[in-house]
Amino acid sequence: MLELLDIHKHYGSLRANDGVTIAVERGSIHGILGENGAGKSTLMKVLAGFITADSGEIRLDGESLPTGSTKRSLESGVGLLHQDPLHCMPFSVLDNFMLGRPESFILDHSTAQAELNRLSDEFGFSLDPDVPVRTLTIGERQQLEIVRLLSLGIRVLILDEPTTAISAEQRTSLFATLRTLAGQGMIVLFVSHKLEEVDEICDRVSVLRLGRLVGEAELPVPTERLVEMMFGEMIVQSPRVTAEPGEPVIDLESISLHDRLVTLDDISVKVHTAEVVGLAGLEGSGQQTLLRVAAGLLSPARGSVRIGGETLTGRGYRRHLDAGVHYLPADRLGEGLVEGLTVKEHFALAGIEPQGFLLDWERASSEATARIEEFSVKGTVDSTPESLSGGNQQRLLLAMMPEKISLLVMEHPTRGLDIESAELVWTRLLARRSDRTAILFASADLDELLRYSDRIVVFFAGRILAVLDATETDSEAIGYLIGGKERV
Amino acid sequence: MDAVTIASIIAAATPLVYAALGETITEKAGIVNLSLDGTLLLSAMVAFATAQTTGSVLLGFAAAAGTSAIVAGIIAFSSIELKLNQIAVGFVLFLLAGDLSSLLGQSFVREPGPSVPPLNIAGLSDIPWFGKVFFSHNLSVYGSMVLIIVTYWYFYRTRAGLELQAVGERPEAAFARGIHVERLRYIYTFVGGAFVGIGGAAFSLDVKFGWSEGHVTNFGWIVLAIVIFGGWHPARAALGCYLFGALQVVALKLQPTFPSFTQVLGIMPFPVMIFMLVAINRPAFRSLGDRLGLFRRFLRAEAPGGLGTIFERG
Amino acid sequence: MNSDTIRTAALAIGGSLLLAGLLFAANGENPFEAFKLLFEGSVGSRAKLSNTLLVWVPLTLAAASLVVTFSAGLWNIGVEGQIIVGAIGATWAAREVGGPSFVVITAAIVVAIIAGSLWALLAGVLKVYGGVNEIFGGLGLDFVATGMATYLIIGPWQRAGVASTSGTDLLRDEAWLPKIGDENISWVSLALTVAAVIGVFLLMRGTSFGLKLKAVGSNVHSATRLGIPANRYMLIAFGLGGALAGLAGSAQVLGFHHKLVPASSGGFGFLGILVVLLAAYRASLIAPIAFFFAAITVGTTFLELRLGLDSAVGGVLQGLLVLFVLLAGGWQRKRRTEAASALAPTPSAVAGEG
Repeated sequence: MLELLDIHKHYGSLRANDGVTIAVERGSIHGILGENGAGKSTLMKVLAGFITADSGEIRLDGESLPTGSTKRSLESGVGLLHQDPLHCMPFSVLDNFMLGRPESFILDHSTAQAELNRLSDEFGFSLDPDVPVRTLTIGERQQLEIVRLLSLGIRVLILDEPTTAISAEQRTSLFATLRTLAGQGMIVLFVSHKLEEVDEICDRVSVLRLGRLVGEAELPVPTERLVEMMFGEMIVQSPRVTAEPGEPVIDLESISLHDRLVTLDDISVKVHTAEVVGLAGLEGSGQQTLLRVAAGLLSPARGSVRIGGETLTGRGYRRHLDAGVHYLPADRLGEGLVEGLTVKEHFALAGIEPQGFLLDWERASSEATARIEEFSVKGTVDSTPESLSGGNQQRLLLAMMPEKISLLVMEHPTRGLDIESAELVWTRLLARRSDRTAILFASADLDELLRYSDRIVVFFAGRILAVLDATETDSEAIGYLIGGKERV
Repeated sequence: MDAVTIASIIAAATPLVYAALGETITEKAGIVNLSLDGTLLLSAMVAFATAQTTGSVLLGFAAAAGTSAIVAGIIAFSSIELKLNQIAVGFVLFLLAGDLSSLLGQSFVREPGPSVPPLNIAGLSDIPWFGKVFFSHNLSVYGSMVLIIVTYWYFYRTRAGLELQAVGERPEAAFARGIHVERLRYIYTFVGGAFVGIGGAAFSLDVKFGWSEGHVTNFGWIVLAIVIFGGWHPARAALGCYLFGALQVVALKLQPTFPSFTQVLGIMPFPVMIFMLVAINRPAFRSLGDRLGLFRRFLRAEAPGGLGTIFERG
Repeated sequence: MNSDTIRTAALAIGGSLLLAGLLFAANGENPFEAFKLLFEGSVGSRAKLSNTLLVWVPLTLAAASLVVTFSAGLWNIGVEGQIIVGAIGATWAAREVGGPSFVVITAAIVVAIIAGSLWALLAGVLKVYGGVNEIFGGLGLDFVATGMATYLIIGPWQRAGVASTSGTDLLRDEAWLPKIGDENISWVSLALTVAAVIGVFLLMRGTSFGLKLKAVGSNVHSATRLGIPANRYMLIAFGLGGALAGLAGSAQVLGFHHKLVPASSGGFGFLGILVVLLAAYRASLIAPIAFFFAAITVGTTFLELRLGLDSAVGGVLQGLLVLFVLLAGGWQRKRRTEAASALAPTPSAVAGEG
């Protein structure tokens, strides 16, 4: 039995874990459910030795487990599978398998490979030991990580939001694997914020909210009860907003392009004024690449890009900017905001009213003050973006959006945001529709796609598999499609 | 080229091989030691001063290795503990170590002293051509050859080598596997630094015997360029060292042909070596590795993913 | 500046002074005597002050040049070579252009600025289009510049009769910068240096150009998304930095050596990097710090003369000072983040959630 006893982890005034106690029986799959920011990840990192708890104890079969060392946690039999497992991308599958295993000093590749093959066969995985990990899909990387952890003899397997970026097929296979492992006596902790998944796979669930354990239940249990535990109350979803689409704003015709991860093959997509088109697909299926083509960051090898009736194929990002295309990247700090520059400086650089050669700091400051208040960014004009939370960074990017945009291109607009921030972001985005702005976005969150898109374009391996009317489909149908299959 | 010329290239490149492999080890673990040009000077001076004072060449090598490891250790400390920019600290140490060598080496300028004695390997040195090229040197040269093989073997055949590469490639992945990222980064910065110091000693006790101010200036920079040229692969880095040695011989041989360029020819191998980096950066060369699968590792000219970065736990 | 920063700075300066004292003592000198000589030898008289200013001019210009390139995130180690090429350009113009002093000097300065700028652009092109890190591209070009200068000195521009690496013939009098009284320093180079520092300060502080450069320097990807053509800005930064380095080269030729020597840069490019690191990349601090460094450089040559202590002691002092300031700054930041993380959530902790 695994016991987490009164775990506390505080970051200053933020109580990420505030006295959490959970017990899990051997051979069971235990769900850890909670919203983003509920403290699930922190708790699991404490358990796996990535961080040290301020106080509390962890016991496995009555024995106290060491804390604060990944090495000792692994030795005690606790392994954590990340959403996108931490492998060394250029290294081969076999090298990653061997890395961190108690191998002999002189590496014995053939024995390790036999072990890798044996475990892969047991679960029906097919992993080529010689290819670099970067060529694997995220699902395959998870499979590699599972066999690696198993070969270390772990007794507790933690999975942190494992289904975010894998196909429906891979998900089915993963769940089968987890059931087999539980059958063999493994303790499986399944961390998720998705109710249906927890309901499907887990035997029992603990619900976290704001760092505290707010409830536990044997499954199955009515969904409403879980929702109530997760959010404290039933949340009212805002009603679906629609607008009448008009003229085409962007016309991507027969786009073909070879990118690092994927080859786009003859893709055609149109987005009209006041229309929201969502792109669904697994990570690397081509939707991100298409977004970059739409924003002018990539030039297609074949095909044409027409924006507002004007051909802009291969004319570059800045020309697209001038044509009213605005791009919001998924990696907000990496390619949206500039670390080290203050909010005021961001507005001086790229404010609504462009500044001349000589800067008017007064104006930048007053503009920044007004805009961050309007978008409720929690920070001051002198804050730097790295000191803001993910939600505030996204709101800052929205606050910097110019007034006149004809096409908004976005990658994972609400990734990593809590539900309140996500709601606010979409309210702002949809408000743009009244100015007839068209929106083209990609998301891994099927609910988000279904809720906000008018049409959903499903990508698989660089091709368009289907174009769906969002009101006439559901997450299950899309789930099968993004795995490359029609509904069975 | 005749055997004597090739043998002289191998001998002349020996200090560079030590230094380039040392820096490759350090960078493979994710730390850049930019101080090399100063460190080589300082360790060459320390090696000569120690050997001259004690009469022991071996002690000279040891003192140089220790000195250089300490300089490297400052970079490791400031990066790991204080999260400082490795380039900035390395650059400051480059100037500081260089000036220290001038200041402390004052009384050893152009003094006589002991050097590494020649050592023909019995039997092997009599083999025609090969014996002359590979087995008629001294222990310093043989040591550098052994180091190439050992480093290659260590990187790609041992568990510790795999861990070393992981720490430089993606420290988070190493940490998640229970590997002590900080400890390994310290160790390999020290070890790499020590080899750089041995390179310095191989200059002042053998290849460029003796000490004077600025004795081996610019060689540190060339070593840093060779590490990039070498694609962080020990054998390719060594090849770069020999190539540079060959360039120097060519420049020397051209001097009688172009007498008015004598002084200029002496420094030309440096920029030529550096501008070769343009060639290895061309997509045509980079894609060679994909087409020649067998040499993928040798041809892959990619810096370790975590090179020069600060590792944060958790 | 808060009291913490001042305390750190004081600690670093105190620490390096202490070490310097120990260094003097280890060489058998009275540390106080040595410090006194250091002071006398650098600012103790008009002539000494003038010598210090002769060093201050190229050092400050190199530092100003580096502030521009550092802002764009570039380690422009090629500044040494750019000074040399500037010196070559100035020498060429001084040899070729006839006429009165004003014409020759103006021509020489303009040519030096253009030459330095183009040379820096080469490093920029190597980086932006050749994928060669600017540290190595710049270094390679430093070697080539030195080679060119050496070739010119012993070849086409050799002194009448003897080819010697000691330098070309002295330039004709019209090409000498006008001096202040009997001193070696010229008001022209002083004025140009002051103007350059003020110019760079204003550029970085009050213009959209400077702000964009900073954005490119801290995050190329984000800057590009904000609509800044990053490559173009990097090249402009190289060009501008090279222009200032070229100006330094012309000051060396027209105001100091009065001929082309192989090492016209005198290592001021590298030393300039130390000045900028100490100034924490701020243009407002480079002039005083460069003056302090120039005083050490000049003072220690006096020390060598008087005490026979190698003048490299100056470099050791400067290096130690910068090293201590960097380490002390890092230590202070470490303590501050540790204190802060006990009070408020760290951004990574919050972002890491979910």
